[in-house]
Amino acid sequence: MSEQPTAPDTAAVQAEPLEQAEARLQPIRWKFPITYAVLGLLSLLVFTLLIPAGAATQFRVSTASDFITFDAINVPSFGTALSLSILQLALAGWAVYAAVHRIRLGVWHPVLFGTLFVLAFLVYAGAGRGAFIPMVTLLSGALMLSVPLIFGAMCGLVGERSGIINIAIEGQLLAGAFLAAVAASFFTSAYVGLLAAPFAGAAVGGLLVWFAVKYHVNQIIVGVVLNVLVIGLTSFFYSTVLTQNAELWNARQQLPRLSVPGLSQIPIIGPVLFNHTILVYLMYVIVAALSILVFRSRWGLRMRAVGEHPKAADTVGINVARTRVINTVLAGAIAGLGGAYFTVGQGLAFGQEMSAGQGFIALAAMILGRWNPKGALFAALLFGFSTSLGQTLSTIGTPVPSEMLLMLPYVITIFAVAGFVGRVRPPAAEGIPYIK
Amino acid sequence: MKLELRGVTKRFGDFTANDQIDLTVEPGEIHALLGENGAGKSTLMNIIYGLYSPNEGQILLDGEPVEFHGPGDAVAAGIGMVHQHFMLIPVFSVTESVMLGYEPTKAAGLVDFAEARRRVEEISARFGFDVDPEAMIEDLPVGAQQRVEIIKALSRDARVLILDEPTAVLTPQETDELISIMRQLKASGTSILFITHKLREVRAIADTISVIRRGKVVGETTPESTETELASLMVGREVSLTTQKEPASPGETALSVSGLTVVSPNGKALLDDVSLEIARGEILCIAGVDGNGQTELTEAILGIREAAAGTITLDGTDLGPKNVKQRLNSGIGFVPEDRSTDGVIAGFSITENFVLDQYDQPPYSNGVVMRQEVMRARAEEQTARFDVRLGTVDDAISTLSGGNQQKVVLARELSRDNRLLVASQPTRGVDVGSIEFIHRTLIEERERGTPCLIVSTELDEVLNLADRVAVMYRGRIIGTVPGDTDRDVLGLMMAGVPAEEARVQAAAHHTVLGEADVEAEEQA
Repeated sequence: MSEQPTAPDTAAVQAEPLEQAEARLQPIRWKFPITYAVLGLLSLLVFTLLIPAGAATQFRVSTASDFITFDAINVPSFGTALSLSILQLALAGWAVYAAVHRIRLGVWHPVLFGTLFVLAFLVYAGAGRGAFIPMVTLLSGALMLSVPLIFGAMCGLVGERSGIINIAIEGQLLAGAFLAAVAASFFTSAYVGLLAAPFAGAAVGGLLVWFAVKYHVNQIIVGVVLNVLVIGLTSFFYSTVLTQNAELWNARQQLPRLSVPGLSQIPIIGPVLFNHTILVYLMYVIVAALSILVFRSRWGLRMRAVGEHPKAADTVGINVARTRVINTVLAGAIAGLGGAYFTVGQGLAFGQEMSAGQGFIALAAMILGRWNPKGALFAALLFGFSTSLGQTLSTIGTPVPSEMLLMLPYVITIFAVAGFVGRVRPPAAEGIPYIK
Repeated sequence: MKLELRGVTKRFGDFTANDQIDLTVEPGEIHALLGENGAGKSTLMNIIYGLYSPNEGQILLDGEPVEFHGPGDAVAAGIGMVHQHFMLIPVFSVTESVMLGYEPTKAAGLVDFAEARRRVEEISARFGFDVDPEAMIEDLPVGAQQRVEIIKALSRDARVLILDEPTAVLTPQETDELISIMRQLKASGTSILFITHKLREVRAIADTISVIRRGKVVGETTPESTETELASLMVGREVSLTTQKEPASPGETALSVSGLTVVSPNGKALLDDVSLEIARGEILCIAGVDGNGQTELTEAILGIREAAAGTITLDGTDLGPKNVKQRLNSGIGFVPEDRSTDGVIAGFSITENFVLDQYDQPPYSNGVVMRQEVMRARAEEQTARFDVRLGTVDDAISTLSGGNQQKVVLARELSRDNRLLVASQPTRGVDVGSIEFIHRTLIEERERGTPCLIVSTELDEVLNLADRVAVMYRGRIIGTVPGDTDRDVLGLMMAGVPAEEARVQAAAHHTVLGEADVEAEEQA
């Protein structure tokens, strides 16, 4: 025995030997330092050294319709990319130092590193092309592409926090998109479509939770089946009713863009964040509300209790089944609202399977965000950004095939779900039926 | 508050779990409900707490009949319960756990954390509990978790408190603290219904004892009854509680473990530099509160769990490079901690379970062919020897009771030539009558010269069986002491106090249970 604790029998003192044991045996974690170093070197060797001599990169930070417009920013490609790469390598070095001394790095570190890496990449992609890199379009596109992901992730989060695994987010988004388009077209009002969409999502959520709570059916199987059901139903109605009389049932309706007075005039941030349809502003409200309510409200406390340890919740008089039903239906309504983005949010008519797997990416964003509203928000924005980057760069033409960039969200998802970001702890009772 | 049960009956299908139960708990009384596993204690508690509704009979509080449709009703009526498996959420703070279901709220449904915290602090102060309201449940030792459960019940003004096997996970010193809490509660007029199968505690704590057997109350008695009287009332026949054994005559060292370290995936040391030796013909018991590395130790010896460092040597052979099957074939008998998941395959017949780890060895197999008749004959012979109550050996093992399943596992592991026996919790969930038999069998195995490593969290069992006791605490062996070491010393070691200091502390302060030991010895 090397170190025997000489603790008397109080709980407070007993806690010490455990921490000692942890500190002594905690292995040095090389995962992140190595990743940073590899990416930093990639930035230096590829993004910097492959830049043609004397090339410049032009960034455009405003659009013509903005309240305040700026001239394009012109930077020397090589020097900028070099300094960005050196900063990245410095951050990688700091990560090595932190790992050796077992210092925990804050969330700022990966965020800053990621920003530098992306900027270096943009400098390289735009080097000597004569085309502008449209920053505002890039960022606001990222936000727009994230909208269904964020709604979907919030839906998954509310469901899973109360113990119901929701694989049917995809179906809920699609159902929301369908009903929004049909209702908007029939009443010739995009707002009616927006009001109708949550009901479609809630109906799918209701079916999920009915089978899960009442019949204890495996929730993943029900979720998959519901996705297939929604795809089948919407495709059927699309190819019959909707195509026969598109004027009545599937005419385009678009939610108007509402600029927030004042806020939308802030350079860059204004046009990116505050020049959107009501759907986006609703999203802000939902994310902000959830990130407070999940942790600090009675509703959130009970929801988490039911998802972690339903029997404990039952013994303090919380109705487990009712909590799960209400929350899953509510979550479905959130996803349905998100589905409206595909049709009335973008001013498009309904098309078959137009949700195109976004529901699954939303699920991944929720896991990457560790079942936390803020985390899920950032994960969804990250996915949205990489898609936006792919789209933007394919229009200006880059040395990297845009397909590679479009692949990025899926690659990040696989790494995230495989636990690269650390141990993720899902709600303990998710997917397990509560049987008294 | 006075709690009365009148003719309470609960049936599950054909099975009557509670049969016409009558029970009265007077105000300010500590009333023990004593019974074996499966006697119907927990069902009765769940009825009182509103989790089950009885088929017949009624519950009265202060003479008024009440009817509960759920735990919420019971709590509102002033009944609090501390479950055997705590109803606490590991990722919640103490404050969140206590307020759950009864949250003080501010505007917009937001929880008033300050108010909730104040309530926790107020009750902690009233009873002298040392609980940090901000601590996460999963970081607290079990004794503290239990106090959180008690705070939870008291914060809802419980005037009848039900404690379900409250001492199962506690060291003698923690039990002592619990006893003083119970006495304080009693003094403040709270009635306590205390469920247990431990005879010594019942005598030390209770004012009145009701004994329940096979769903019926078979007697009400006082703590003046002897343990033997209580045991025979509980089991329904004479039982002997201690197993007589000769002192060990250890031979040469058989198992030698040195520097064994096992690390969890997230970097915690589950086993930290563990070294021990067992000689032939000797029982080494590993004592300790559940979850201090005992499971990992037995699994590392069998090879199910990979060791990060250290060596395991059996009869001079290094087990390191051997896989599980090779280790079993080299003569390790292994009784896993949780037989229902690791010891048997529920859908297999008793015969099949009997040969589970030896099916390809002679005499059960003949090259590629399994010899069904030999298997069957051996299974019949051994299950008869171990007194397994069964229909035929062709029945699925899931048709047997927990205790009988455990006997099948023991029969399997002890019916072969062992070079080492590793048994975890050999009598967990087994009826009192069988405990004696299992203990005798284990001692016979020792007499045959097999070195035995027995893991037990029950100090009674450790004191009964051990030639030497190694106490584990947070993955380390805190000390190895002789088998006749005082219960209080072992209890302190289980809380991390080294042997020498534990002796000094135990001599200075005897726990209630430790004193009961001394008393029992004097009587004998």
